[in-house]
Amino acid sequence: MMHRRVYKPKMPDGDKSPVGRRGFIKGAAASAAALAAESSMARAQEPRAHDHDHDHQAVPSDLTLRVKALESLLVEKGLVDRAALDAVVDAYETKIGPRNGARVVARAWVDPAYRKRLLTDATAAIAELGYAGGQGEDMVVLENAPKVHNLVVCTLCSCYPWPILGLPPVWYKSAPYRSRAVIDPRGVLSEFGLELAEDVEVRVWDSTAEVRYLVLPERPDGSEHMTEEQLAGLVTRDSMVGVAKVSVVGGKS
Amino acid sequence: MNGIHDMGGMHGMGRVQHENNEPVFHAPWEARTYAITRVLRAGGGRQNLDNSRHQLELLPPAEYLRMTYYERWLTRLINQLVDNGGATREEIESGTPAPGSPKATPAVTAAMVPALVARRNSARRDARVSARFRVGQRVRARNMHPNGHTRLPRYARGRLGLVVRDHGVFVFPDTNAEFLGEKPQHVYSVRFAARELWGDRASSRDFIHLDMWDDYLERA
Repeated sequence: MMHRRVYKPKMPDGDKSPVGRRGFIKGAAASAAALAAESSMARAQEPRAHDHDHDHQAVPSDLTLRVKALESLLVEKGLVDRAALDAVVDAYETKIGPRNGARVVARAWVDPAYRKRLLTDATAAIAELGYAGGQGEDMVVLENAPKVHNLVVCTLCSCYPWPILGLPPVWYKSAPYRSRAVIDPRGVLSEFGLELAEDVEVRVWDSTAEVRYLVLPERPDGSEHMTEEQLAGLVTRDSMVGVAKVSVVGGKS
Repeated sequence: MNGIHDMGGMHGMGRVQHENNEPVFHAPWEARTYAITRVLRAGGGRQNLDNSRHQLELLPPAEYLRMTYYERWLTRLINQLVDNGGATREEIESGTPAPGSPKATPAVTAAMVPALVARRNSARRDARVSARFRVGQRVRARNMHPNGHTRLPRYARGRLGLVVRDHGVFVFPDTNAEFLGEKPQHVYSVRFAARELWGDRASSRDFIHLDMWDDYLERA
């Protein structure tokens, strides 16, 4: 397999797990492997695992070259401004991400009046905290409870509430999740490590229109003494999509 | 259209692969593809969100499955540039403008980006359209198979559900995607029992909710 240049990606705003250099390289290696496999018809699932740690050689992929050429062309034609592209990338890499949603959830946990507003007019309640924008224009919040678990999917494409969760992760956009979340939600949840009891009602929400959904997870046991800010630090992206619960130990992603 | 994008309920796609500490973009070309698409979209022209979704659905099915998410975006971006006259395929191949081609002024500058990403561009409409259904009513999703864009997944067609929420009036994607008008109408959250959709093997405690336009529903 041809090796590609390692890209050291920025972590999303909502990621708080400590990531060392090896972690970065592993993520980059997985994406490099996915790029290298671009001619393979076998790649229905993305991205591939790639379990070694060495730095790859500096050979740009076809896609890297194609997009560079496209960008140069559009800049020369006066259709795009490079600094504007940088600003869009920066906005979604550093400002618009699951930290926003985590603040909404934490506020709802500590402020019953806010929680009520969030459940009756989510768009307005979310805007109170300063979050609004494309793909979050019309929000609905779904409240989890001991006997009710909500799960969000977009079977037709990749609809996702950008202003409060950022851009969706690869798994959310992948064929396995899109195909199975509606027909086998409990099986999908168990692959995420979440086993639900038989008597829990599962409510799947397929985002087929322009309404965007956010799951309000249950406040975890043992968090009674925590401040709003500490609580926001516990809330993961996955819990707000509905594929995980929140725990005081802190979760992944 | 009954396309490969309509994946709900399909088998054989494998396990969900969760990546810990996943970056927003996995390579710079993904980030640039996303940003160019957003910036050009803000520039106007003959385009809308529904048509953009449909452009992805029109990719050949084998290609759709082979490509990563942002490869699909890149292919759509190139197709749209060519279709809208923004660039020719030759220019895109070579990376340089054809001699004597006009030079435009970018519609979006860096200073405009914070407003661009925060801009609300809702598909909700104020149009006075009466609701054909009400919350609590039993409905059936129509058995329809349009050739063009639709947001009614195959797995729900012909099935019985319950209206649980009226979201209000929104642009109708089936016509908007084809530039045939917004045809604003009510959108409802409709709740289907998993057993109604998938048979007896499904849990009696599972429910699937879909957002459905008035035109997708009939009285049960």
